[in-house]
Amino acid sequence: MTNNELNELALKVRENIVRLSTDGGCFTGASLSCADLFVFLYSKFLNISQENLEDPNRDYLFLSKGHDVPALYGLFAEIGFIEKSRLDNHLNTNDSIYWHPNTSIPGVEFHSGSLGHLPSVAMGVALDCKWKNQTNKVVVVTGDGELNEGSVWEAALVAAAHKLDNLIWIVDRNYFQANMATEELIPLNSIKEKFEAFGWNAIDVDGHDFEKLEDTFSTLPLGNKKPTIVVAHTVRGKGLPSIERRADRWFCNFTREEVNALLEELHENKMADLNSETLVVR
Amino acid sequence: MNYEQLITELALADERYVIMTAENRALVRNIPNNPLLTNRFIDTGITEQTMIGMAAGLALRGRVPIVHALAAFLTMRAFEFIRTDVGIANLPVKLTGFIPGFLSDGNGPTHQAIEDISIVRGIPGMHVFAPADEEDMLVMLPEIWHSKAPSYTRANLIKPLYPHDKNFTIGKSEVVAEGATVTFLTYGMLFNQVFEARQLLEHQGLSIGLVNMRCLKPVDEDVILKVARESELIVIVEDHFKTGGLYSIVAEVLLNNQQTANVQSLSLNESWFKPGRLADVLSNEGFSPEKIAVQTMNMLETRQHVNTLTTSTH
Repeated sequence: MTNNELNELALKVRENIVRLSTDGGCFTGASLSCADLFVFLYSKFLNISQENLEDPNRDYLFLSKGHDVPALYGLFAEIGFIEKSRLDNHLNTNDSIYWHPNTSIPGVEFHSGSLGHLPSVAMGVALDCKWKNQTNKVVVVTGDGELNEGSVWEAALVAAAHKLDNLIWIVDRNYFQANMATEELIPLNSIKEKFEAFGWNAIDVDGHDFEKLEDTFSTLPLGNKKPTIVVAHTVRGKGLPSIERRADRWFCNFTREEVNALLEELHENKMADLNSETLVVR
Repeated sequence: MNYEQLITELALADERYVIMTAENRALVRNIPNNPLLTNRFIDTGITEQTMIGMAAGLALRGRVPIVHALAAFLTMRAFEFIRTDVGIANLPVKLTGFIPGFLSDGNGPTHQAIEDISIVRGIPGMHVFAPADEEDMLVMLPEIWHSKAPSYTRANLIKPLYPHDKNFTIGKSEVVAEGATVTFLTYGMLFNQVFEARQLLEHQGLSIGLVNMRCLKPVDEDVILKVARESELIVIVEDHFKTGGLYSIVAEVLLNNQQTANVQSLSLNESWFKPGRLADVLSNEGFSPEKIAVQTMNMLETRQHVNTLTTSTH
């Protein structure tokens, strides 16, 4: 896929995210920050397709920051893992499209929602792949706020100790946790240096630049007896200037009119006029 | 045969089984030295949460992880991982909790798993086992490990006083004796104490029943309802808080079946136990055979007294 094609796909995913941000709402800001990452990973990096979802030799992606369902399902709907019409069933109890992932959705490897869980679950899968001499990759995506959880540091120690060099941990570094900037609450800088000190390969990258993502992911030091972390620097709300980098636009529940205005904003960069309540804390 | 030999035999026969520990090697000390099990054993260090998360990941790959940690830290430090990663996904992860209940003897309240049964049984689909002694445990484990259900087992290396029924079925208890006056329902390391208390009471000419409630979930409802019908008094003896353990389980079974019974509890009520040498702990807390027998006699006398009063006022 060319970068233009990737950009086109990412735009469709963003449209899906915006469309899910009404009638109950969803975690819009956090989903927009990792939309490009998912587009890149599933299009260019991961050996995961509709055909191999049951194949033990496939690559694995575990979404630990579970509230990014709109980005994940938004992509799954575009690449055929689920019918696009199923997104209309958001928050409908007759389907299973709710705020956090579950394995009844094809392509979801494990449920999440409680933060700090999937690094260790991914490590169990990575360990088994190594025990079986498989060469597939195991990817786990966490947030940056998620790194407040003690369990992620426990996992970071254990993965390095057991040399899980088929494990790739991606941090969606959007500099926000639920309701405020990460550096205001629990400062995390520098994530790269912290993980290096823990014995990891650690790499910073612009999480919205497909060319740089390609450079980084095509040269990962896999198999060097260390697990690898990629700190993807992103922007919360990316693509919608009216909600970008705003602490109060994490969970969004817009009116239909606002959704239409935001869809226009995506395409024409014309700031939407938003009056919906901000700071809906979940 | 001991625990380690059993787990080795099982793992060598079936490559689905993997052995994990959060640096609690007491039950699996020699496994890491077995060249045939190199790629089947992992010690994650003192990381109960990470161990459980990894166990879930291994189970996703078709493995059956048997995991080891001290019962208190396994069931409480890692509880949300057990509930969320193992429970919600209903994965066949087999938890073995070391030094549960009074077996933490001199450690102190930090190490006292005396609410473990209460919290673990609250997870949908999770099985809970508490063998009476080492032999009972070795009888039960093959069945437990072959089952598809996630489970928690209270490890127990106490030497047996009683030759257990070698046929163990999940959901069934072991009726050691039937009794018209009193029936003891107990599990785990207190079985031996209650076994001896029963003998003391039988020497007094009383008819005393004893049931080894080795399987706490799914529980043997039929046996509970039967002793409720046939015994004058049920005495539940457990090294667990009164809340949420076997006393609560029996209450739930009776209520669900609209049945009533005279039930008394010898358990830990709203307090941790005073740590010390195991025999001293048992005596101090009132769980030596003599003290169980005396407390039971007192319960019977009180009942008799109440009965007399009730009769005389009519």
